[in-house]
Amino acid sequence: MVLHDLFFYILAAIILGGGILTITRRNAVHSAIFLVMTLIGVAGLFLHLQAEFLAAVQVFLYIGGITVLFLFVIMLVNLDEAAKQRQFNRQWGLALGCVLLLVAELGYFLYQGKDSFSFAESSGALLQNNTQEIAMSLYRDYLLPFEIASLLLLVAIVGAVVMAKKQI
Amino acid sequence: MPPVTPVHYLFLSTALFTIGVIGVLTRRNVIIILISIELIFNAVNINLVFFSSLFASVSGQTFAIFVIVAAAAEAAVGLGIIIALYRNKETVNADEIDLMKW
Repeated sequence: MVLHDLFFYILAAIILGGGILTITRRNAVHSAIFLVMTLIGVAGLFLHLQAEFLAAVQVFLYIGGITVLFLFVIMLVNLDEAAKQRQFNRQWGLALGCVLLLVAELGYFLYQGKDSFSFAESSGALLQNNTQEIAMSLYRDYLLPFEIASLLLLVAIVGAVVMAKKQI
Repeated sequence: MPPVTPVHYLFLSTALFTIGVIGVLTRRNVIIILISIELIFNAVNINLVFFSSLFASVSGQTFAIFVIVAAAAEAAVGLGIIIALYRNKETVNADEIDLMKW
């Protein structure tokens, strides 16, 4: 199982390194590229957790769709001016303090309760036919949320077009 | 190298969530704030998929799909708002958009 563990540590390093670089870069294009690095790490973690369908969805939808949308908007909006200015707002010290307090609290409680997460080990062979299982779950158990999600996407499309129109 | 236990995944997801929250709260560029929100969504997805695989139940992965749908809708509307905002105020800095500030 050493290889299994090693894979987790490498992916965690990719995800966290990409995340930190994403929020610290001055150029928004670099931020988007490092977001891709994080997303690829998360897709690898999904493969590692035997969620093959979600790994594919992650690559198609996030990397192929949402990130390209971000890059388009970065090109539409002139960011040269913003890149020369100050990158962090005035409350960044207070915000960082509050977030570090939050992470200390979360980490402390996770560390305290770490024994309660030792459930029976999954056999690893239970989620075979991953795509088929997800389809059954999505179209049988969660049919109403699925339809509501399609409605949400329709509203989002109309909303995005209305927002980006020149004259409302 | 300690063996990977369930709590490792939770620490990873907490760390990614925290990085996203730091990005949202400290950056000025609105586009990078939206990118940080995507990081937060991914932290949630890691948790959902991890517990789905731990309990050998596929519901968590189904919920992760709904999270991805919500993220796509949010990105589309958010970027539309950014374009409208840039057209009207010629800025992408969050602290310069203070029309409703008291």
